[in-house]
Amino acid sequence: MNLTPQILVSIENVSRTFRRGTEEIQVLSGLDLEVKEAEFLALMGPSGSGKSTLLNLIGGLDRPTAGTVRIGPDRVDQLSDRQLAAWRARHIGFVFQFYNLLPALSAERNIELPLLLTHLNKAARRQHVAAALAAVGLTHRAKHFPRTLSGGEQQRVGIARAIVTDPTVLLCDEPTGDLDRKSGDEILTLLQTLNQQYGKTIIMVTHDPHASAKASRTVHLDKGQLSNTPVE
Amino acid sequence: MKFLPLVLAGLKRRKLRTTLTFLSIFIAFMLFAFLGAIKEAFLAGVSMAGQDRLVTRHKVSLIQTLPQSHTARIKAVEGVAAACHFTWFGGIYQDPKNFFATMPTEPEEFLDMFPEFILDETEKQAWLATRTGAIVGRTTADRFKWKIGDRIPLQSPIWGQPAGQTQWEFEIVGIFEGAKKGTDTSGFYFRYDYFEEARQEQKGQVGWFTIRIANPDKAAEIAAKIDGEFANSAYETKTEPEGAFAAAFAQQVGDIATIVMAVVGAVFFTILLVAGNTMAQSVRERTEELGVLKAMGFTNPLVLRLVMLESCFIAIGGGFGGLGAAWLIIAAGNPVPTVLPVFYLPANSLILGALLAVALGVIAGALPAWQAMRLRISDALRRGA
Repeated sequence: MNLTPQILVSIENVSRTFRRGTEEIQVLSGLDLEVKEAEFLALMGPSGSGKSTLLNLIGGLDRPTAGTVRIGPDRVDQLSDRQLAAWRARHIGFVFQFYNLLPALSAERNIELPLLLTHLNKAARRQHVAAALAAVGLTHRAKHFPRTLSGGEQQRVGIARAIVTDPTVLLCDEPTGDLDRKSGDEILTLLQTLNQQYGKTIIMVTHDPHASAKASRTVHLDKGQLSNTPVE
Repeated sequence: MKFLPLVLAGLKRRKLRTTLTFLSIFIAFMLFAFLGAIKEAFLAGVSMAGQDRLVTRHKVSLIQTLPQSHTARIKAVEGVAAACHFTWFGGIYQDPKNFFATMPTEPEEFLDMFPEFILDETEKQAWLATRTGAIVGRTTADRFKWKIGDRIPLQSPIWGQPAGQTQWEFEIVGIFEGAKKGTDTSGFYFRYDYFEEARQEQKGQVGWFTIRIANPDKAAEIAAKIDGEFANSAYETKTEPEGAFAAAFAQQVGDIATIVMAVVGAVFFTILLVAGNTMAQSVRERTEELGVLKAMGFTNPLVLRLVMLESCFIAIGGGFGGLGAAWLIIAAGNPVPTVLPVFYLPANSLILGALLAVALGVIAGALPAWQAMRLRISDALRRGA
């Protein structure tokens, strides 16, 4: 029996170019990256280095100009818009820097949103929401609206929303970037727990070396290229 | 249904703006319903006009009278089944503001000509037997709380006082009902023989004739024959379908239908801008949220449907609410019976209003929904950051 973790995310020779007027901006250039199952990868780099672009490509929010993006058996770069939407719903959980909760919905309603795209009935959706709330330790705040929650609590709701469908990969874009150190640590501990206890594959973009230290591996991105050492 | 909380959340996001937009639409549709009822009141004579009835009046104008002897000559025209004459009396009860349509006519011919006026047989016999007898429609009877047997004094601004009396006096011998909802039951009809004997001027003259023809398909031909009968005489006539006559009568006030359409058009154009602006603002403010939904896996068509649903929700809610409120108020009673003898909200106005509410929702939401659908996720998330 082979217990070696399999490669889950495989990015080969990926380039991404944006056009601004007549100017072409190369954000990623011939980039290769592999992420194993149940790995917690931190992606670091200065502003404008292409971290979010890479995260968008992995999450199927964007398509590469060249190269291949494979998540498990799926060639993400070849899926149509409709297929991509369905694929994201099944395989990707996003955690955003500014939480991005819908202010008019309670915590539990926010967490339920991805489940609306499934065939689960109301009772089953409630069960999943309750489990996700318990996983982030916010059962007692289920009925609260985002404006009544602290930043750390809002981010925990954001994480519960990201994991409620049990996605293949959790993509976190600066998840502690808007939090104080204490709340940030709580979020990082929660992500570590999800990775270590539940085997979640996590790719986290961060500026913060303290945050990246919690990851099992860190890669650095600069000028569209990856390296294993910090950028000077 | 599972997306309903999401749609409602969009509406609750800016409660004041949603409430004001809802109220704008509510008031606009209430106005629409009231204008529909007013238009119906003015044009009731047109919509309720008999297809087999013509009206013959003086060629110059409605206020010119014709000899009563024309009745026999009209009846003799080929294709004419019956004829009945009327004269405008302009009845006033106690106070000039208590004004209603009052006309002397021939009882039997009148009741035969207008089957939409339902009168009890014993009341009909009473009218035939009572020279000063009059029948009155339910609307006016209820308005003044008249009952059979009451003696009603009226004044006429046209015919002065009858010989030897200070005012015209009638005995109510019957109260007629309308066969249909829109039938005008505000009229007061009394016997021509009493009128002819009592009036002091223009004896032998009447206002106009209502004619029933055997074959409505030959209306134009028969009308031409009737007018030809009196051509080159001192009393030339103009004969037209009852509907056209009623429309011309209503147009003495103005082209009500056009006025109503112009007001409704202006109101709806304004409301379309208000609702469209609300939806556009709402979508613009939620760019980031829409990006998040799409990132979760909400498809472009689903996002389009959600925005359209939101738009339709507010338009249909406000529209149906306004129509319902107007229906309740109108059903409670006619606020101006002196001006509008018939006042009700016709079913076709309700249906048109409902369709307009749906159309408003669709049109107001179309562009914002299209923009929401086309929104690129990475752009939306970047804009929110």
